[in-house]
Formats: sequence, structure tokens, C-alpha cells
Amino acid sequence: MTRKISFKQAINEAMAQEMARDESVIAMGEDNVGGKGGEGEKDAWGGVLGVTKGLYGKFGDRIMDTPISESAFIGAAVGAAACGLRPVAELMFVDFLGVCFDQIYNQAAKFRYMFGGKAVTPVVIRTMFGAGFRAAAQHSQSLYSIFTHIPGLKCVVPSTPYDAKGLLIEAIRDNDPVIFFEHKLLYGLEGEVPEESFTIPFGEANIVRDGDDVTVVAIGRMVHIALQAAEELAKEGIECEVIDPRTTSPLDEETILESVSITGRLVVVDESYPRCNVATDIAAIAAQKAFGDLKAPVYMVCAPHTPVPFSDALEDLYIPSPAKVKAAINEVVEYAK
Amino acid sequence: MTTELNKQSLQNAYLIMRRIREFEERLHVEFATGEIPGFVHLYAGEEASATGVIMHLRSEDYLASTHRGHGHCIAKGLDVRTMMAEIYGKKPGICGGKGGSMHVADLHLGMLGANGIVGGGGPLICGAALAAKVKRTDNVAVCFFGDGASNQGTILESLNLASVWRLPAIFVAENNGYAEATAARWSVATGNIADRAAAFDMPGAIVDGHDFFAVYEAAGEAIDRARAGGGPSLIEVKVNRYFGHFEGDQQTYRGVDEVKKIRETKDCLMLFRQRVTKQGLLTGEELDLIDDQVRAEIEEAVAFAKAAPKPQASDLLTDVYVAYA
Repeated sequence: MTRKISFKQAINEAMAQEMARDESVIAMGEDNVGGKGGEGEKDAWGGVLGVTKGLYGKFGDRIMDTPISESAFIGAAVGAAACGLRPVAELMFVDFLGVCFDQIYNQAAKFRYMFGGKAVTPVVIRTMFGAGFRAAAQHSQSLYSIFTHIPGLKCVVPSTPYDAKGLLIEAIRDNDPVIFFEHKLLYGLEGEVPEESFTIPFGEANIVRDGDDVTVVAIGRMVHIALQAAEELAKEGIECEVIDPRTTSPLDEETILESVSITGRLVVVDESYPRCNVATDIAAIAAQKAFGDLKAPVYMVCAPHTPVPFSDALEDLYIPSPAKVKAAINEVVEYAK
Repeated sequence: MTTELNKQSLQNAYLIMRRIREFEERLHVEFATGEIPGFVHLYAGEEASATGVIMHLRSEDYLASTHRGHGHCIAKGLDVRTMMAEIYGKKPGICGGKGGSMHVADLHLGMLGANGIVGGGGPLICGAALAAKVKRTDNVAVCFFGDGASNQGTILESLNLASVWRLPAIFVAENNGYAEATAARWSVATGNIADRAAAFDMPGAIVDGHDFFAVYEAAGEAIDRARAGGGPSLIEVKVNRYFGHFEGDQQTYRGVDEVKKIRETKDCLMLFRQRVTKQGLLTGEELDLIDDQVRAEIEEAVAFAKAAPKPQASDLLTDVYVAYA
């Protein structure tokens, strides 16, 4: 049996294996090492939540601390990528995109097109996202929709340790700019992950549960929420097919549409704000390309159109729950019995 | 300093400056005919800055430019024919007609692009300099930016990062006195952009951008220091642009005869010619020959651009990704 490691360890292992394999892979971020310039421990933090811990011991200065200066170092990662390196830069929380977005969406994303296909920018930006950490409005958002919107970027949102490792290795080897989303509540999740290096191609959804009644597409941590709802509904005789797209750009439309052609019902679970998000995107695709297959309206279970609240009493209400997913599934089933 | 440049280098310096001037003045004329689409920001008047700095660079050295980028591109050795075709939005353009004036680039020559975002090049040049350092080369990276960009967070952050990481980066502030229509003497709190160098623990220098030799000397010092592992520098080049922020700008914010006076008294090509002929380094005839050569070259580039085909419909969707599932 394959050994079990955590989501966090899977990311660390993917980075370590790629840094060992390819000298051009470097890493940088705020406190990615931790302790720079101080009198104490040199490898004090390994990232704010310890994801990159130990890489400094293995690779020395190939993992670099940065000033709290996202525009400069995210842009530096982009520039270094255009000049032959494969940087993995960490934008600590995706909420901080506001201070460095230009370097991502106007520079990295557009080089190849603006320069007539002559640029290659193999940069990976790892970033933490998601609610449930009681981290309030500026440290809890799920902003992958914004990146998915931008041509030239690829957008990865893994839900398991296995996927995290395989997709991160793929991201590092990929020749386009990749934004890699890590849900902070998944870091401790354990799962089977092979020790050897492996990749998972982008644009290939994972069918995490088979079922013929309702197609449930869920992203990131919501995959686990959707699975919980599906297991409970199975006891009531409703069988859901749960699909994890794994990458929102490119998006595996085919797997989703194929499933909808069998079930005729679609629920999309997305932790992000409800307007112009990945759920609305998938719903629009289904409305256009699977209209004839649909027996019921597409339901979307998302966060409300509010900032992420701090108090646990409110945040627990904010995040899509298994109960809300169950209710949506029941609605589409009831709509066309 | 003049003595360090041999005859060939002096001819080359004049050739590059004249090539930029001719390219830009011709664009000024052609733009007025309505044949050139979009925004065009001309570099005429600032030739000594690009030339004096970039003559020190090798093709492996990196360069990031600005929206006013034609001069930097020409000095870095980009082909004027395909540059011109690019500005005309034509398929044989250096970026296939997909970038235009503000995005002229040639990564094979270390040219990371003109840039439509004011201050956009600073972080990129930190990355280029980092790549040079990580790969253990002695290559350097130069970021040109204007007085407008000097107030952008990206530039200030990049100065700090370059200093903290001790990068082989040279920041060249081309202060042409105006960010669009706003005077630098109002918008730059310190007066001199180079005064900010001290805040980032790096050498700062101010040079007269009308004097090729002054720029060449200051840039040489900073670039040699960066190559030797001595870290980044900030050079402020005081220049003047002869045309508006963009073509079509009536420049009513400038003083009456401001540009005329500069052209008559401080023009970099005029000063260069005076100096080298007076010192007997080059003759007027030799310089005239370069003028003729460049005129023919730009004439040919414009003819090429005008005759070139536009991109095809099938080009719309290509070059977004290297590969996309």
C-alpha cells in the first residue's frame, strides 16, 4: 500500500523532487525560509504555515526569502522565468493579489501573445486561499475565478494530497504561467501519495464518485463537502456523480458534459463569491452545450455576495456546507422526478 | 573619456542615435497620415540616453523598456524593418502584429519588451538580473523607466529588492520632465530621482542626457560595477522629448518655444557632431554618410511595413499558451 502523507507534505515533496531534478527550479516568497537576517534559527519558518520547511537545508540559496514586496518579487519570478529559470513564487495569501496583480495578468499572462509567440514564461505562483480559518475578509477569499478569467494563465485547484503533488510537478514543468491554489484547510488532510515523482495533466477532471442521478461539480475543498453530501444522499437513494475539474483553466468541459448527458441534472459547488465565478462559468457552458440534456435548472452552491466574515458563527454560515449542497441536489431531483 | 571610444565605436554611436531619430521623426510624419493604428510614443530627443547605456551591453544582457521604447529597442539591435512592420500592425512585424508600438520585444536579444504599464519593467528586470546571477554569468539587466514611473511602487519596490538581493541590475531613470502632461518638478517630491538611490543603499548619479559621452561614462561605471558583483545602481538621465506624450498630443502644457530652444541648443546629435568634428575624431563627411545610410534604411523599412500583409484571422487565437489542453 502506498504511504499516506499530508497535502502540505505532498506540496513540499513535489517542490523538493523538482528542485533536485532541475537546477533551473528556484523558489521564493515571504519567509519561505524564514529567519533571514536575524540572529536565531536560519530555517525558522519554511513558509508561514511551514509548507516549504526543510527545502533550505536541501537546496540552500535556491530557495529565497523576499521582503514583503509582492509586486517586486512576483514580478521578479515572472522576469526570471522569461530569462530561463523555472521559479516557484509564493503569494502567501491570494488576497494579496491586489498589490501585485499587474505583474501576473498584464506581464506574465500576456508576454507570449504580445510578443508573437516568442516568449516562454514557466513561472508557478503558489497561493493559499479559502475560508474556515477565522482569518477574516482579507485572508480567506477564493479568488481563482479572477485568474481563470485571464487568457494566458493556467489555474490549478487541487483537492487531495495525491493531486497536489502530481499537479504541482506538472505545473513546474509546464511552460506557461500557472497559478496553483492551496486551500489552507486542506494542508493537514492525509492521503495516499506515491513516493516517486509523477504528473497529472492539466484539463483532466477527476470523477471522484460515480452516480447516475445528479452531476455535482466541485472545486478545491468543496470536493470534500460535495462528497459528504453525496454519501448522505446515497442513503436516500440518490446517486451523485462528483466531478473535480482539478484545473479551472484549462477546464475539462467534456467530462462534465458527458456526465450531464447521463444525469440530466447539474449542481456546481464553488466556495467563491457567487457572481462571475467558476460555478456560473460551468453553468453557462452546460446551458449552451447540454441544454437538450438538462431536465432541471443548473443549481449553484456558492458563498454569498459578501466579504468573508470573521466570527465563526458567521463564517460557518458563509461557507457552502454539505446541508446546502444536499438541499440543492434535492431541488434538481425534485424538479424532474 | 572620448579617447576610450575608437573611431568605429564613435561611428556606431552616431549611427544608432541617428537611426533612432530618423525612425521616430519618420513615424511622426507617417502617423499624421492616419495609416498607423493606436498609441505611439516617440523617443526623439532622448537618443543619447538609450545609446550611451546600451552600447555597453552584450546581446545576452537583459533590458526592459517603457511605452516610449523604440529607442531602447533600436539600440539593443532589434531590426528596424520588422519593428516598423510591427508598429503598422503587420504580420511580418517583430511580434506578428500582436504587440504594436508598446510591446516591441525580442527575447533572443535580451529585450524583455517595451511596456504599456508605467513601472512594469522594474520587477521584471529584478528577475532577469536574478536569472543572470543564479546561472553564474556576469550578465546584467537594465531597467529604463521615466519620471512618471519613478513614483510607482513597482519601481521603488524593485530598487529595494535589487539592493537586498544585490542584483546585477541598473535602473536608468529617463527624466524627460513630463509624465504625460504633468511636470516632474511637481510630481517627483525629491526633485532629483537619483536622490532616492541613497534610500536604497545604492550609488546614484545624475547625467545630462543630451551629452552622449556623459551618459556613456556614467552607464559604463554602473554596468562594470554590476558585472563585477558590486550590486545595483540608479542613474538619472535628464533628457527632453521632442514630441508629445503620444502622437496627437498638442503639448499645450509646455512653454512656448520650449522644444525649439532645446533642439537649437542641446540636441544630442548636434552636440555629438560638434564634439567629434572639433576634436578631429570623425569628419563631417563621415557623419553625413551615416545620415544618408540611415535615411535609406528607414525609407526601406517604411516601404516594407506599408507593403506587408496584415495578420490573418487564424492568427487571432494562436500564441496564447505554449500548450493548452
